[in-house]
Order: sequence, then structure tokens, then C-alpha cells
Amino acid sequence: MAEALSALPRRAGSPSWARTGLGWAPGLTLAVFLLPIAAGLAGTLLPAAGWLPALGGDQFSLDAWRALRDAPGFATAWRLSLFTGWAATVLSLALALGIVACVHHRPWAKRLGEAMAPMLAMPHSALAIGFAFLILPSGWVARLGSPGLTGWNLPPDIGTVGHASGWPVVAALLLKEVPYLVLMILAALNQVPARAQVTAARALGYGPVQAWFAVVLPQVYRQIRLPLYAVLAFSLSVVDVALILGPGNPPTLAVLAVRWFGDPDTRWVFPAAAASTLLLLMVAASIGVWHGAERLLAKLCLARLARGRRSRAAAVGAGVATAIGASLMVAALAAMLAMALWSFANQWRWPDALPGVWTLANWQRQASSLALPALTTAVVGAASTGIALLLVLACLENESRQRGAQPSRSLWLLYLPLLVPQVAFLFGLQVLLVRLGADGRLPAVIWAHLVFVLPYLFLSLADPWRAFDERYTRTALSLGASRWRVLWRIKLPVLLRPLLLSVAVAFAVSVGQYLPTLFAGAGRVATLTTEAVTLASGADRRAIGTWAMLQAAFPLAVYLAATALPRWLYRHRQGLA
Amino acid sequence: MTADTTRPSTADALQLDGVSLSLAGKTLLGPLSALVQPGQCLTVMGPSGCGKSSLLAYLAGTLADVFNAHGQVRLGADDLAGQPPETRRLGILFQDDLLFPHLSVGGNLAFALPARVRPMAERRRQIDQALADAGLAGFAPRDPATLSGGQRARVALMRTLLAQPRALLLDEPFSKLDAQLRADFRRFVFSHAQALSLPTVLVTHDEADAQAAAGPVIRLGEP
Repeated sequence: MAEALSALPRRAGSPSWARTGLGWAPGLTLAVFLLPIAAGLAGTLLPAAGWLPALGGDQFSLDAWRALRDAPGFATAWRLSLFTGWAATVLSLALALGIVACVHHRPWAKRLGEAMAPMLAMPHSALAIGFAFLILPSGWVARLGSPGLTGWNLPPDIGTVGHASGWPVVAALLLKEVPYLVLMILAALNQVPARAQVTAARALGYGPVQAWFAVVLPQVYRQIRLPLYAVLAFSLSVVDVALILGPGNPPTLAVLAVRWFGDPDTRWVFPAAAASTLLLLMVAASIGVWHGAERLLAKLCLARLARGRRSRAAAVGAGVATAIGASLMVAALAAMLAMALWSFANQWRWPDALPGVWTLANWQRQASSLALPALTTAVVGAASTGIALLLVLACLENESRQRGAQPSRSLWLLYLPLLVPQVAFLFGLQVLLVRLGADGRLPAVIWAHLVFVLPYLFLSLADPWRAFDERYTRTALSLGASRWRVLWRIKLPVLLRPLLLSVAVAFAVSVGQYLPTLFAGAGRVATLTTEAVTLASGADRRAIGTWAMLQAAFPLAVYLAATALPRWLYRHRQGLA
Repeated sequence: MTADTTRPSTADALQLDGVSLSLAGKTLLGPLSALVQPGQCLTVMGPSGCGKSSLLAYLAGTLADVFNAHGQVRLGADDLAGQPPETRRLGILFQDDLLFPHLSVGGNLAFALPARVRPMAERRRQIDQALADAGLAGFAPRDPATLSGGQRARVALMRTLLAQPRALLLDEPFSKLDAQLRADFRRFVFSHAQALSLPTVLVTHDEADAQAAAGPVIRLGEP
């Protein structure tokens, strides 16, 4: 992001026309997403230290931490969070690396990436709900194998969803994070001459997989590092997936904090703030440990490379990873399908593989209660995406107009909302919103979404924007077009495809937000996601399926439209194919 | 080109007066002075990295901020200093044709044609005329990506000329074409520049370009 957000003052002596007219953009954009985080963090850290006069905390103390230590289930909760977070991240990375190493040199690698992209549009919670439908003792997997394979005449008495180990949470996170990392790695591959280097290494007698790990990975790792840290932070602090699939008592630390924040007895706010702070520290420490481990591993691997051993081991591992990755894809699709089936099921008796009687009644029955949350979801998504798009475009265009801008190292600022656990600043943000009298209203929710929509939109649009050949601009200018006309008539149309794709990403990010909606909306603003997550704790699978289905359909529809529109508009333009 | 009737016949000379470029305190180029008469082509030669493309960017008004540039550039009596690139009316051709990929061939030309050329029928006539002139009659609805390299290069020149420039800047526009095409396109560009009495500045590292330009030559990066 870097250059675009570094609000460098213009050097004196620049000709007046060179001023971009957009100098306000970087500062405003930073403020929009950094201020809520800063204010929110302060509003969480202070109560953790005992300070929250509104609730009687008028002196600094360690009481909050003592309350946290003595709270039932606390010890289990933080261990569970550490396990699920680390397991999900390590496994995601291992699988993603194996998959890319296995497929990157095949001609269909690019299409695999495209096939995985819609998975990213899927809200975590919808995927988690669908996954629950698969793995429940009476879920689809058990039904498909019963009673023939399993001998179960009744749903078995085994714990899957809510298992104390947290494995369903890890598995559901993998469904999302593996495709995300695969896409990140594939994108990073474009930056290095990966194919040529693998060919060179193969000529030296290394197999394609080992060659990729030895030659290409060290070059691209730097570029996937921040996304990887974001995955680690997210997995450690995720709330909606852990609510749906994690154990209930005690839950993960993040869920525990949310539960306490929402407790009618407001004294619980203090241990909740302490738990959130602890989670923040856990994330920071985990990133630190990961960073140390990656250095150590790099050293060990370099030493190994120097020995010149040609081995098939990596190829076998990558093959296994690809097989697991393929089953994950199947599981994700089956999860979606299970959701859809339940939403149209009237009667679905154990152990039938399919519903016996189909119906539209679930949809009809839910229609009136679906309407308003669906509208809210669309409005909040459209508004936050629209605002984010304007800000990001202004930043990027400002950067291109400052010709020869120096690259800076502020990319991590963009990643901040993705690295700081949501619980760690949303309560503080809510306190701030209450002070401003803005909590529970739509603008507050839109702003809270903007904190996450902005970075994702920026990250997905920045690379294609910067890859735009500025000589097009110079040519159009020399033809007499103004800068604004060049932007409107040349640059935006040429960049339409990546532009719409990043809009789809941004909209999906907004639709998927659970915790920000809950906190900024003070529980009074209902979206499809908040309702689906709330329903998921119940037993009415038809209703859950209906809500989750619609929740997943929103971002998916936008994604499909975003890919279809440029394809149709530019069907006679091979240069943009 | 037969479009002479539609353009003002004011042919001004392009004058460079003590132009110098520096980067990070190091002088890249200059000071350089030259007078390019209408219809004449000044060739600036030098190895890559000597700053010759930056010179064109300076003339066009698109030089990156990291450079420091000094010196006067005038077209006739018009001082170009501080003017934004879009009002300078200096046509520029790059190595690549840079046809806008989202517009048809005709759309590319219409983008260049000034808005004051009206009505629609007249605009269409001038575009068709330009295409016919380039041996591409009937190509207006085509996707630029379906044209050959030589055809695209000719469309790029026509696009530049339809914007009614007062001078022409050529940034190695021949270097990516193969030998036969290169000779044809050179003739095509220079004959148009002369017919329209455009002062032209060509930067290149190809001696054959300089000979074809048949004008004064400035060599950079030599002791």
C-alpha cells in the first residue's frame, strides 16, 4: 500500500498542475480505519486495567485479571484457542504449499485458482453451518454411510460439532484458509520467473515439486508472510466459527470474552476486557514465535539445499496435501449443498441420503423475517463497499499522479485490522459509539464494516492498478484528455475486471462480518450473518439452512456478476481477455 | 494526409533552450538547445539510460517528479513551462502502439478527435478518412487486438494526428517492428509529419532511424 497511503507532502517547486487534487485521500483513508482501531483498543485496554468509570471502574487495578484467572473454564479456553489457531494455520499453510507445489506447473493451475476464488466469497459462518450439517452425528456424511457401511440404525451417540478438542473449528477454518493461501501463493508466483527457474532446477536433476520448494518458495514466502500472519491472527481469535462448531463450555477465549461482554451483569466487562487483551497478547506472541520459526527453518533448509540431495519425499508430501486439499474442496461444496438441501427439505428422515419430501415452505415461512435482515445486509454491504471503493480509488489515483513516488514500508498498516483480534477493539469501539450516541444505528455498522472492507479492497485492487501501463495515461493526456477524463474513460474501463473483482471481495467481506455488526449495531441491527449465527445454536435445520443459504447466496451472486459483466462487455475485446 | 483543410495551418517551430535534466543531483542530459522547424525532424540518439526518453517526457509534461528539469521549451511564441500535458497538444508515439484495449479502432480515433469537431457525421468522416489514409478503410468497428503489428502502429499514428497536435514526439516507435515493417512505418510517419508541417523530435538508438529522419542529430552520452 505503501506509497498510496503515505501522505507525503508535495515538494515545493512542483508545477501547480502536478498537484493531484487528491492529496486528502491517504490521510482520510488511514483515519477511517485506524481511528476506530486505536480508539477501540484504548477502550478495551483501559477496562482491562480496571478503568471504566461508567461501570464503576475508577481506579487502576489488577482485579480484572484476577477475575479472569478465577473465571470457570478460563484455563481450558485459552489452551483451546491456541490449539485451534495454530493447528488451523500450520495445516492451512502446509496444505496450500503442497497444493501449489504440485499443480503450479500444470496448464490448469490458473483455472484452479479461478475455481477456488468463489470459495473466498463464502462467509465463514455459512461455511461453518454447512460443515455442521455434514459432520453432525445425524449429518450428511453419517447418512450416506448408514446403515450400510456403519451399521448405525440410529444417529450414533458421538460428539462431533462442539467436540472439546475443537477439531471441527480447525477443519472449517481449513475450508476457507487453504483456498485463500493457495490464491495468495499463485498471485505471488507471478512476481518471479517461477516456471523458468523450476525448469532450470529440473535440468539439474530435481523433481518439479522439490524444485519448487527449493527455488521458488524462498522467493515468494516474503509476499505471503503478511497474509499468513492475518490467517494466524484470525484463527486464534475467530468468534462466529467457534460459536457454531466449537465446544460450548468452556468455549474458546474469544467466544468467552464476547459472552462476558454481553452478560447482563456488567461486572463481567472487566474480565472480558482482560480476556480480550490476553487474546491480543496471544496473537502478538504467536506472530513473534512464527516469525522466529520461519527464520530458523529458512536456515535449516538452506543448509539442506547445500547438500544437493535429490529426493522424492517432497513430491509424496505434496501429493498427499493435494489429495487432502481436493477432499476439502469436496467437503466445502458438500457443505453448501447440504445447506441448500435443508432449506428445501420438508421431510428428511434418518438415514435417507436425500430429503423424502421437497418444499418451498421453509422459504415462504421465513420470507417475512428474512426480508429486513437481507435488506440491511445489502445496504450495509453496498454502502461500505461504495465508500471503500471511492477512498481506495482516490488513494491509488493520487499515487499514480505523484509520478515517481517512492515505495515505502507501511504495508503492515493496511494489515492492522486483519492482525488485531476483533474482540480486542470492538468493545472499546462500542463504548465510543455509545458516547457519540451512534451505537445501534446503520452508519455505525457501516463504519465498523469499513474497517475490514477497506484493507481487503485496497489489497485486491492495488496490484492490478499499479500494473497499469502509465504510458496509456501519457498517451491519452497528449491527445488532449484531462486527468479526470483519462481516469474515467481509459483507466477505469481498462481495469474494470480487477475493479469489479475487488468490489465483490469487499462486498463478501462485509456480508461475512459477524462481530462488528453485533457490537456496532448494539445487537439491534440484524443482518443475515448475525441471524444465521444466532439460529445456528438452535435445532431447526430447515430454518438454519434457509438463512445460511441466503447469506451465502448474496456474496456469491455479486461475485458471479462481477466476473460475468466484464466478460460480456468486453466479449469483442481480445486485448482485455 | 488530406485532412489539411480541417486543421489550422499555423505551423510553429519547436524551440528548446538550455534544457537540462538531473536525477538525484547528477546531471543526466544537457544543457541542450535546438530549434526544430515545422516539417523538420530532430533526432536525439544515445544508449539506453542516457535520459533521452526522459527528455521527451519533459517536453510532453509527464516527467516523473524525481527528476529536476530546467530550460525553456516553446512552440512558436507559446511557452510550455508549467502547462499540463493535456493542453500542450504534443502528439507522442511510444515503442508500443498503446491502443486502448477496451475501445474499438474507431473508438480509439474518436477519443483523440477534439470535441469541437462536430457534428457526428463530420467526426465519422474524419475517422474514416484517417483509416483510409492508413490503408485500413472499414476497420473502425474492429477490436484493436485483432490487428497486425503494422496495422496497429498505423492506427496509433492516426490517433495521434487526429488530436491535431502542434508537434510530434517519437519515443523509439520503430524499434519493435521487424525490418520491412519498420521501413514502411518510418516512411509513413515522416511523410505525414512533413505533410502537416509538424516539428518532430525522435529519440532512438538506431542509426537507420536517424538517416530516415533526414534532419539534425544530437548524440547523447558521448564524450
